[in-house]
Amino acid sequence: MTTPASSILLVLAASLLGSIAMALLKVGADRQRRTQPPLRWLSAVAAGVALFLVSSVLYVLGIKDGSLTILYPMVSTSYVWGLLWSRWFFDEPFNRNKIVGLTLVIAGVFFIGLSQG
Amino acid sequence: MPHIAAPCSAMIDGLSDSVSQGESGRSTHYTSLASIGLIVLSTVSGAAAQILLRFGADAIEGANLIGIITNVPLIGGYACLAVNVVLVVLALRGGQLSILYPIVALTFVWVAILSQVYFQDVISIPKIAGLTLIVAGVSFIGAGSRS
Repeated sequence: MTTPASSILLVLAASLLGSIAMALLKVGADRQRRTQPPLRWLSAVAAGVALFLVSSVLYVLGIKDGSLTILYPMVSTSYVWGLLWSRWFFDEPFNRNKIVGLTLVIAGVFFIGLSQG
Repeated sequence: MPHIAAPCSAMIDGLSDSVSQGESGRSTHYTSLASIGLIVLSTVSGAAAQILLRFGADAIEGANLIGIITNVPLIGGYACLAVNVVLVVLALRGGQLSILYPIVALTFVWVAILSQVYFQDVISIPKIAGLTLIVAGVSFIGAGSRS
């Protein structure tokens, strides 16, 4: 079974949007903890939930055609995005383990992509 | 909720911190057996979700709302994801990411095996190499993440 490039792109996009959704939920949770007005933190949570919905629709459309053994591993790119958001928005520094892990995940996704055909 | 609960568990971890704030801080140098059990269960629910979602996606025909609401495997897949998120959040409360992350990455292995069984997907050498790299990478990320 061949996996269309469009399916791979849909799953990659779903993973990117899903990781942004997760970051928005964390923003909302942080604001709630700092007892900011409900509208401030609820808006972040609502945006996160909405993005999750969009992400999950893209994901289901993405896995409709092609091999799940190729498409599901593409979800691991969320780990990479998650690390970037943590670094940029939540001031969690990179360290050697994270950089090694990030590189291995990207290499792994590359291999899976190549395994096509 | 998300198909990506596990990959984003570092951020979920931050969330459960926020939510459980006020409790007497969790142990950071100890991973309870219960946490390991929960995270193993989460990989099973996560993998089941993927297989169900795939069956559900196969059954989708156009943008038919009734068809989607009555799509049992699709709804079942989402239900498994919801269970998955709850299990991941609970597990992260009592454990170190460096231990739990490599276990979470097992989901990729279960999905590969189940896809071979249910969808006749071929597991080739490049796929095994790629999965091995991903599992190793996720383990390193877990080791490098604050617990």
